[in-house]
Amino acid sequence: MINKIWFLLIALGIGYSFISGNASMGDVILDSSFSAYDLLLSIGPLIVLWSGVMNIASKSGLLSKFSRLLSPLLKKIMPSVKNDKAMEYISSNIAANMLGLGSVATPAGLKAMKELDKENKTKGRASDAMITFLVLNTSGVTIIPMTVIALRKAYGSVNPMSIIVPSLIATTVSSISGLLLDYVIRRKNVK
Amino acid sequence: MLNNYIVPIIVIVILFYGFIKKHDIYDDFVEGCIDGIKIIVDIIPSILAMIFAVNIFVGSGLLNIVGGKLKDIIPMMFLRPISGNASLAMLSNIYKVHGVDSYLGFLGSVLQGATDTTIYVLALYFGSIKIKNTRYALWVGLFADICGMLTAFIVAAKFF
Repeated sequence: MINKIWFLLIALGIGYSFISGNASMGDVILDSSFSAYDLLLSIGPLIVLWSGVMNIASKSGLLSKFSRLLSPLLKKIMPSVKNDKAMEYISSNIAANMLGLGSVATPAGLKAMKELDKENKTKGRASDAMITFLVLNTSGVTIIPMTVIALRKAYGSVNPMSIIVPSLIATTVSSISGLLLDYVIRRKNVK
Repeated sequence: MLNNYIVPIIVIVILFYGFIKKHDIYDDFVEGCIDGIKIIVDIIPSILAMIFAVNIFVGSGLLNIVGGKLKDIIPMMFLRPISGNASLAMLSNIYKVHGVDSYLGFLGSVLQGATDTTIYVLALYFGSIKIKNTRYALWVGLFADICGMLTAFIVAAKFF
């Protein structure tokens, strides 16, 4: 997928620049390395700083406290999960995602999938619980989108944090609508 | 406004909790920073690849054929579920062209935070346990993304 998209962006861009007689393409290519350098330098330090703060949450047990808090709600959303271990991993994945702790979230999420697969009767075919979990995961409720804030700050925004509440609303609506559709499909399959 | 208090509140809650639990919060912070540096190093190739492709695509002027106000936003919306770094590259182009505090800059920021890289995550998670038949997962995931993006348009207009 990413392979095709990457090729397509480059091929379309260079192809069109030939057709339209745009001679600056060589410069664009050379400049892209500097743009990448700028982007990394501008978002890097804040991501590093935020990882530091979030590591305190993770090490002090606040993250697991938060994930235990989420667990009853998640059990309601995913009633078919009987495996307690799976539920624990799911909660810590979602909790870590909410706090923007990607490096903690992914290993927990992959372990959750492994546990869910143990309950899966038809191997190689996604179970209902897996789909509900991934819908929740990919619609991604993130409390603070730090990467975007870092980029806004780097571009000199007057109020880089003004997007926090609007983003939170959008991501919540995304999760709820995904879960609703998932619920409707599951109900229909039972009948 | 609430926006300006969320970050300090989260910081003080996390530090306070760690402190009363008698944790070495300074060491935890430093250790976390090292993890953060690893994250940055890990994304260098992907950021470089995506900036390279996105800059060629945008720099070619191809989008000018499409025209209209949203010509920069729409490709970003397509890239968002596939690669977070590609849409981030697109977003930084929007900031560059229209300004970070323009309406499009604001809308793009909210769009980036509204969803996650659905297609990438599904491939990674299902791939890890060798699931080939993903049933309706992709459609529900993309439906959630679209709902999130439409909401982003509405809230961006309200909050801007």
